Amino acid sequence: MNLLLILEQALNGLQYGVTLFLMAAGLTLVFGIMNLVNLAHGSLYMVGAYLATTFYQWTGWFFGGVVLALAATLLTGIALEMVALRTLYERDHLDQVLATFGLILFFNELIAIGWGRAALYTGLPAWLGGHVPVLPGVRYPVYRAVVIVVGLAVAALLWALVARTRVGMLIRAGASNRTMVAALGINIRLLYTLVFGIGAALAGLAGLMAGPIYAVQPGMGEEILIQVFVVIVIGGIGSIRGALVGAIIVGMVDTLGRAFLKPTLATFLSPSAADSAGPALASMLIYLLMAVVLFVRPQGLFPVRAR
Amino acid sequence: MTPSRRTVALVAGVLVLGLVPVAAALFNQPFYIDLFRRIMIFAIAALSLDLILGYGGMVSFGHAAYLGIGGYAVGILTHHGVPNGYLQWSLAILASALIALVIGAISIRTSGVYFIMITLAFTQMLYYLGISIEEYGGDDGMRLARRSQFPGVIDLSDATAFYYLVLGILVLFLFLSHRIVNARFGMVIRAARSNEARTLAIGFAPYRYKLAAFVIAGAMGGVAGALLVNHTEYLTPEFMHWTRSGEIMFMVILGGMGTLVGPLVGALVLLLLEDVLSAWTVHWQIILGPFLVLVVLFGKRGLVSLLPGGAGRG
Amino acid sequence: MAEPLLEIRGVTKRFGGLVATNHVDLDIVEGQTHALIGPNGAGKTTLIGQLAGELRPDAGRIRFGGEDITGLSTPARSIRGLARSFQITSVFREFTALDNVALAVQAHAGSSFRFWRPAGSDPALRTPALEILQAVGLGPRADVSAASLAHGEQRQLEIAMVLATRPRLLLLDEPMAGMGAEESQRMIAFLRGLKGRHTILLVEHDMDAVFALADRISVMVYGRLIATGAPEDVRANPDVRQAYLGEEESP
Repeated sequence: MNLLLILEQALNGLQYGVTLFLMAAGLTLVFGIMNLVNLAHGSLYMVGAYLATTFYQWTGWFFGGVVLALAATLLTGIALEMVALRTLYERDHLDQVLATFGLILFFNELIAIGWGRAALYTGLPAWLGGHVPVLPGVRYPVYRAVVIVVGLAVAALLWALVARTRVGMLIRAGASNRTMVAALGINIRLLYTLVFGIGAALAGLAGLMAGPIYAVQPGMGEEILIQVFVVIVIGGIGSIRGALVGAIIVGMVDTLGRAFLKPTLATFLSPSAADSAGPALASMLIYLLMAVVLFVRPQGLFPVRAR
Repeated sequence: MTPSRRTVALVAGVLVLGLVPVAAALFNQPFYIDLFRRIMIFAIAALSLDLILGYGGMVSFGHAAYLGIGGYAVGILTHHGVPNGYLQWSLAILASALIALVIGAISIRTSGVYFIMITLAFTQMLYYLGISIEEYGGDDGMRLARRSQFPGVIDLSDATAFYYLVLGILVLFLFLSHRIVNARFGMVIRAARSNEARTLAIGFAPYRYKLAAFVIAGAMGGVAGALLVNHTEYLTPEFMHWTRSGEIMFMVILGGMGTLVGPLVGALVLLLLEDVLSAWTVHWQIILGPFLVLVVLFGKRGLVSLLPGGAGRG
Repeated sequence: MAEPLLEIRGVTKRFGGLVATNHVDLDIVEGQTHALIGPNGAGKTTLIGQLAGELRPDAGRIRFGGEDITGLSTPARSIRGLARSFQITSVFREFTALDNVALAVQAHAGSSFRFWRPAGSDPALRTPALEILQAVGLGPRADVSAASLAHGEQRQLEIAMVLATRPRLLLLDEPMAGMGAEESQRMIAFLRGLKGRHTILLVEHDMDAVFALADRISVMVYGRLIATGAPEDVRANPDVRQAYLGEEESP
């Protein structure tokens, strides 16, 4: 195990963490402000991936795919909010979970009807292929590096939006005291739709960027969604800072765990034991981490008092 | 004590279920024995979830895990040449109870949306664990070489005998659940769901009661899992997939949570619906999805509330 | 002199910049009825919350029956005989009045890890519950679901549940809240019947009730106790008149 390998996997962990963050930020915003648990968030991720991939396949125009995916997820998100999710704001979490679960089934099947159940082939334009030296001696895939940069840039933008703008102030106020914001006469409906739209666009961005790296198939949204839950539980519901910290931690632990747990175990266990225990334990790692965090701080690392 | 209308419905339902194999033999349609046996197994799973969800107010999205654990207990022992049903099913119960204890101990310290997410996450963890263990089929799962053996007592490869065993277990669990929810223990659980602050104020610390209920429900789920794997004769990590949890939860809601009849009715309706829809189109989930949404939005009280006599506690 | 049943020393609670409870010292003697009054927002409910165990004080100690209970949970305090009623009615709405009280009895009647025998037909729970219901005047309504009871009856049910836990100290948070004149009179008469046998800390706005029931009164303004004493003394206290009673009294 050399240092370069570790560095490369650490970058992968960062890249995965950034993807998780984009999902987690949207989900935690929506929960923090509208008190809505939205399981269908993963479906927006899936829509982003499918649209970007398909458009690029048809036209060969990469940026077109990006723009299309973003616009489409934004619109889908807003439509979803206005048509189906509004009625759920007043309901308890059980209802929200079940209703959005029904939506997941719907979306997954819709995609399966349109594209089939097999994973889509995703390509990359030439200028995004290849490797780039990120550090002396370390060559890293261009595309993954781009994902990291874009993700961190969005994180910075999000921070600027929330901390520095008027809209952001409303978002923060809404996250800590919803009723008060409504009482102040702010157009709550518009704020909610806006917030949901931002969340949807973030999920779409995560999805379209994830396409070339992970499998594009029905159900892809739910696989990552549950990891996003782990991120939010660790980071603290309602907190974007928590989402970022939690996402990086989860991304790192998961990636490094998968890469290095088996070889590490092999140094003191028999090869066959390491062979079976390694992957098994690696897949459980982030959940064990979640359990530990819960034991120590049940509200997560950066909890926000949501009212 | 005059039996309530729901008790009458329940007894009638059980009797009808008892006659299914007879009718199936009469009309030479053994498929129905299979179908209703499957329905009853899921009714048991739904009943176990109802204890903690409907009566206890704990929204556990990870209940499918216990079906998986029960199934794997049977599958793993068979795989290693231990087909003894007593050992297998005891392990199924013990393992699911133990894991429920661990997961519950961590999760019940939280509440609300945290609880939902955490139970979901732990189930997914077990699912990935199941996938990663190649020896037991990993992703694809594995066949069950033989059904659980109860030499001299019952032969599970006899479809009808197995059917009546499942029916017997269902009736037993219904009876036990009835005692539990009306006993002191059940009253505390129901009180904690109704008004947690009040429950604390009168002197109950709900955590240990909730945890006990969680373990009981987990053990029952484990039994359902052992039955399921014997029924399907195939074991896969899909047993534990969280969408399975969602399905079982829907059975409880659809039938009527917080009642004993509800899970039974819910399992019946949902599985029959799935059966009918999937014969119609391979993309039946696109119909089921919105159906579930509608049920949540408009039918939250469950089908049981449609019975004359209305909704109320079982 | 015997140790007070409830000793509050230096209890302080802050919410961000707001000091809701400001170094409160108070003694409640056994057998006495002690009223806590003050303008809205004075911090009375926050103090009750800290006494009941729902809130943790940032500083100070609470001793009950000679034992330091500052860190104890709400159920643990209830077991030791500290019972509280809520300002906003908090009962088990799906259960009957009888089941509500029976639950309170159950909490103090041995283990609840019983899975077999129906609680509803257990005389060890039913009999005391029925007695208490009759004592508060809800006897005929025993089998009515709590949700169907009138508001005043629900307040009575709250008191019944408090009594069912065999408390040494009753923390009553505005028991008369939302009651009409006649209902209030009945509640006052009932509470007067409890005086002496139970120790009561009563938070109330209804001045009739306060002066009819209290042996001692404490006045809280902005989280501080500004006066404690016999009713006549508190009434005459110029600080109190200015801060609180002065606004209420008609010229």
